[in-house]
Amino acid sequence: MAELIVISTLNGILYGMLLFLLSSGLTVIFSMMGVLNFAHASFYMLGAFFGYQLTRWIGFWPAFVLAPLLVGAVGMAVERYGLRNTHKHGHVAELLLTFGLAFAIEEIVSMIWGRSPVDYRVPAVLDFPAFTVFSTNYPAYKIFMLVVSVVIFIALLVTLKKTRVGLIVQAALTHPSMVGHLGHNVGRVFMLVFGVGSALAGLAGVIAGPSLVTQSDMAALLGPILFVVIVFGGLGSLPGAFIASLLIGLIQTFAVALNGSLASLFGPLDPSLGASPLTDIWNVTIAQVAPILPYLLLVLVLIFRPMGLLGTRES
Amino acid sequence: MSNAATPASAVTKQEPGGAVSFYGVWLLAAIALVVLPLVFSSGGSLTSFSLIGIAIIFALSYNILLGQTGLLSFGHAVQYGLGGFLAVHVMNAVASHNWPIPLPVIPLVGGLGGMAFALLVGWVMTKRAGTVFAMISLGIGELVASSSLILRSVFGGESGITTDRTALMPLFGWTFGPQIQVYYLIAFWVMVSAIAMYALTRTPLGRICNAVRDNPERVEFIGYDPHVVRYLAYMFAGFFAGIAGGLTAINFEIANSAYLGATQSGLVLFSAFIGGTAYFFGPILGAILVTYLQLGLTSVTSVWQLYFGVIFIGIVMFAPGGIAGILMKHRPLIRAGTLRSVIPSYLVAAIPTLALALGIILTIETVARFSGGDVINLLGIPFVATAPTTWAAAAVLLVGGFLVARITWRRVAEAWDRAATVARDRGYLA
Repeated sequence: MAELIVISTLNGILYGMLLFLLSSGLTVIFSMMGVLNFAHASFYMLGAFFGYQLTRWIGFWPAFVLAPLLVGAVGMAVERYGLRNTHKHGHVAELLLTFGLAFAIEEIVSMIWGRSPVDYRVPAVLDFPAFTVFSTNYPAYKIFMLVVSVVIFIALLVTLKKTRVGLIVQAALTHPSMVGHLGHNVGRVFMLVFGVGSALAGLAGVIAGPSLVTQSDMAALLGPILFVVIVFGGLGSLPGAFIASLLIGLIQTFAVALNGSLASLFGPLDPSLGASPLTDIWNVTIAQVAPILPYLLLVLVLIFRPMGLLGTRES
Repeated sequence: MSNAATPASAVTKQEPGGAVSFYGVWLLAAIALVVLPLVFSSGGSLTSFSLIGIAIIFALSYNILLGQTGLLSFGHAVQYGLGGFLAVHVMNAVASHNWPIPLPVIPLVGGLGGMAFALLVGWVMTKRAGTVFAMISLGIGELVASSSLILRSVFGGESGITTDRTALMPLFGWTFGPQIQVYYLIAFWVMVSAIAMYALTRTPLGRICNAVRDNPERVEFIGYDPHVVRYLAYMFAGFFAGIAGGLTAINFEIANSAYLGATQSGLVLFSAFIGGTAYFFGPILGAILVTYLQLGLTSVTSVWQLYFGVIFIGIVMFAPGGIAGILMKHRPLIRAGTLRSVIPSYLVAAIPTLALALGIILTIETVARFSGGDVINLLGIPFVATAPTTWAAAAVLLVGGFLVARITWRRVAEAWDRAATVARDRGYLA
């Protein structure tokens, strides 16, 4: 049991930090531009596939640097030529544009790389067990992922809190028009923030690709969970997104690891009752419920705290 | 007081034959629904018409949310699918108990199923509009779609639940076994639902829905609760989506978890938006186009979904009013008689735009078929996907088409502005 708790906590924090790499960008983009970027998870997927392709061509480490930059460039192009032109039609049109993009990117990726998982492997340098907890070997690559996401997290924090750029971004979070009045090129700030957000998503894809499955449906699987994270944490709140990312990361990891069901807890139901929703619920394991837990959490939060954990905004 | 000319009626210029043409359109639609299967009587076209009919109801129900009330839902298929599942279960129960309930009533059951679910979750969901509603609808959609795989006894797991539509009581000698009878059942429900949904837009509720869409704060000032209005709109949308789901269950004699999924929700959003959400008939056009493309493209290309994405992005960026919006923009020009001055610029712009479209198609197909080395048959000309000449042709069409098309589009805009100015001067709003 202790082993399960330690390993699951490690994995949960890792998954949570990955979620935060994505949700931080999404939150900042949403706060500044009022656009909920539906294609954010698609940038994550692009990162994974660019990482895979570049790794095959030029090796993992150059890919580790280049792929996020490429994704960032794609993101900036989307902002400059897509969102900026759509802005005059309102937020719904912008949201729909990113929705269409997410749809198109998934189709393009499966068109180029196929619908089955690609063989994106952990680089040989990092392919060894880092340490052994009880009887489980913990892979070094996961530690590397954790280190990268923590470093990015700290870098993000320092940039936002200590630098001039961070100051402008922070101001633009709450008072975007005032920042414009003060003479900053809001358009360029938007484009940069969108690019950095996309690049972060791409980086998450590059490092998560070898560890998770790199497949053309990975965006569709992760996207909804990402939205749960930012609604749960409170739309537009970075600390909220951080807490929600870790929480959902831990919950999902623990749920997948646990195999109990109501039947194993209270004993099987009387077979004479026959098949009914009750027997379904009785026999389902926690691991099977894991995929729907974030959404259940979302519904609960909406009933009891519609603003989200740390949210302050109405819309 | 009432016969004093208000500015509104002066602007819209009510024609004397308004009522005749209004009922004429509905009558024509009804006649078309009856006559269509007699003209195109092959099995394939009957199946297509049935699917299009269902898609029309579904898209119109979606527009109660997006077009009338301004609620962008990413999980509309939930009500559709649950309506379908309830219909299947009721059909099986009716058949096994020999209850005297004929098949044509079943879609109503589906509708009530969709409405019941909306009643259950709607209050929490519609608390807030805008982005939050969009996210919640997505979350609820995922929740229901994933839960359906867990509750196997109700949803039948991956394989779904089957039924037999002919096992119900025959009505006037109709067993609803042949597709033509199912088509007429669907056509009947299309007509009834379309009239009901149109009538809904004319009621005070429909009007206040529009007000909630445009300015919820003002609605609160005049004493309505936008939350309640959104909730009601959500329930009506759920009801008609459930009818569409019930009809699908009858048509395919099966309900499975794919009905509830994100793909279905995405398709209805595409239909409604491509057709145009600002006009009642927009989603009808969209549903016809999207279903037709879906049926037609699958046999031609393996990446047909990408074309949907491209068309959708194009509509969002360049014509957010959809097809209906483009059509209705021309009405004041037709009335003012200035449309003729625009047409030449359209014809000029059509050629490079077509070249651009062909370039996009050729590029997509080249990438899609590169590894297979297949031959692309475009307008009767065979292109080999691995040949550099094909790449060059695609690049020329794409880049050249875009550069020339951009110039001609500017010309169209100029011609349009001139025509619209004349129309405005003649007293027709443009």
